[in-house]
Amino acid sequence: MSAEHLCLTGVTRIYPATEGHAAVHALGPIDLSLKPGEFFSVVGPSGCGKSTLLDVIAGLARQSAGTILFEGKPVTGEVPDGIGVVFQEDASFPWLTVFDNAAFALRRAGVPDAEVRERVRHTLAFTGLSSFAQAYPAQLSGGMRQRLCIARTLVTRPRLLLLDEPFGALDQQTRLLMGDELLKLWRETGATVLLITHSLDEAALLSDRIGVMSARPGVFIDLVETGWARERDSRLAAEAGFGVVTGRLWAALRDQSIKALAMAS
Amino acid sequence: MTRAGWIRLALIVGALALLEAACRHGLVSRHAVIPPSRMIEGAWNAIAADETRADIWLTLQNVVLSLILSMIVGTAAGLMLHKATRFRRALDPLLASYYAVPTFVFYPLFIVLFGLNRWPLVAIGFLFAVVAVIINTLDGLARIPRAFVRTAAVMRLTRSQYALHIVLPAAAPWFFTGAKFAVAYSFIGVIAGEFVVSGAGIGHAIAFAYNSFDNRMMYGLIVLLFVLVGSVNTLLSLWERKLYARRAGR
Ligand SMILES: Nc1ncnc2c1ncn2[C@@H]1O[C@H](COP(=O)(O)OP(=O)(O)OP(=O)(O)O)[C@@H](O)[C@H]1O
Ligand SMILES: [Mg+2]
Repeated sequence: MSAEHLCLTGVTRIYPATEGHAAVHALGPIDLSLKPGEFFSVVGPSGCGKSTLLDVIAGLARQSAGTILFEGKPVTGEVPDGIGVVFQEDASFPWLTVFDNAAFALRRAGVPDAEVRERVRHTLAFTGLSSFAQAYPAQLSGGMRQRLCIARTLVTRPRLLLLDEPFGALDQQTRLLMGDELLKLWRETGATVLLITHSLDEAALLSDRIGVMSARPGVFIDLVETGWARERDSRLAAEAGFGVVTGRLWAALRDQSIKALAMAS
Repeated sequence: MTRAGWIRLALIVGALALLEAACRHGLVSRHAVIPPSRMIEGAWNAIAADETRADIWLTLQNVVLSLILSMIVGTAAGLMLHKATRFRRALDPLLASYYAVPTFVFYPLFIVLFGLNRWPLVAIGFLFAVVAVIINTLDGLARIPRAFVRTAAVMRLTRSQYALHIVLPAAAPWFFTGAKFAVAYSFIGVIAGEFVVSGAGIGHAIAFAYNSFDNRMMYGLIVLLFVLVGSVNTLLSLWERKLYARRAGR
């Protein structure tokens, strides 16, 4: 394995023209390297191509140009082993209990029953869902369902975790607490994390490094190092350094957001 | 039983009692409607007699054949149409207006094709039921959330795992709706066919009783039919409710 866990060079995505619609240059060119175990966040104006970036990295969509290397192997429109994704929408399966949802991927992969039980129990405890193991998603709150989706992904022990606005549906306080949970998970698992978020505060609190994207077609216009210690939580918000980071993010984003708004209207 | 269930039962019993009283006191002509108690007697006679029992048995066989065929063909056709996006788009308006076509006009054609046996009846029931199954299969498949499809891709499921563990459960409520329609339409198709041109089956027995002024037998058979269709539907609904009791809310 090379020093970089994930390495993008000149990655571009153009949605081809369809009847009545011109082609859309949605993303790139993007150059980006993530170190193993790094917590990287992406912020950018709405519609700048953040979800497109995630799709391409995960192999859910094929890049139009450029190369993506995950653990040294190229990704081209197929999901490689070792990647976990949590989508913005609720993707919990309503026909399965919380336990069976969390066990789903392991069972399909043929992991022995005893090990499945052990790993699921551990992950549910970790995500605060133990007492709901036999409940169905319909009986959970929106935030709990999102936690279930996170649990379902974590149980597979992904080496690269991609999160697309995972806390988008939650209120600010819950977001902060979920962020702390995520940091704990990240420390315990040692996974590399790429988090897409609308919230500058969230990005500033959680990340080692933050990529600021321009209006469409999204490219990185700034990469901000936070310099936080690995042991950290949302109490960082009270520190002076926090304001410096969010200030720098907003300085980079302000013009782009104005541009994106103008483009949309 | 639920409160609504008791009220429903009370309504039915009340209506029957009212009809019974009206018939007995001559408010309704005995030539038009007989008292419910006589109908039930007729139903019992129908079951007791070898000839009508054979009719009932034959009809049930034809309905089940039509049901099985329409479920298999309808589900398979739905799956294929779902893949063939363009063809499906072209076909959509035709499917939507299908039930405006009086399928029964094809009955003579089927007799020519299959001969005077059970198959024209099964064909009518099938034609009636299959499109409901296709429509509901397509509906179910189209409503599988995109997030589920993407989750399956991330979990690197094989095609058969995807079909068995995502498509089947996600679309199951629509398969169910299709099945319930198929039961009702198979009954309607088969019995209406028997009624018009057939030498056997419940539909024929009802027509025969009607033509020979045997009101008791005619109403008896109608009551039997109600009970039959009602219990099949109730069983399906109970099964469905049991399956989905806990995943409600989506
Ligand atoms: N299937 C598609 N066909 C054509 N254009 C698309 C398609 N999907 C996305 N786009 C366009 O690509 C651009 C980037 O979309 P994307 O969903 O990646 O943005 P985003 O940054 O995730 O936005 P948001 O913050 O609102 O989630 C948008 O302008 C969108 O209109
Ligand atoms: Mg997005």
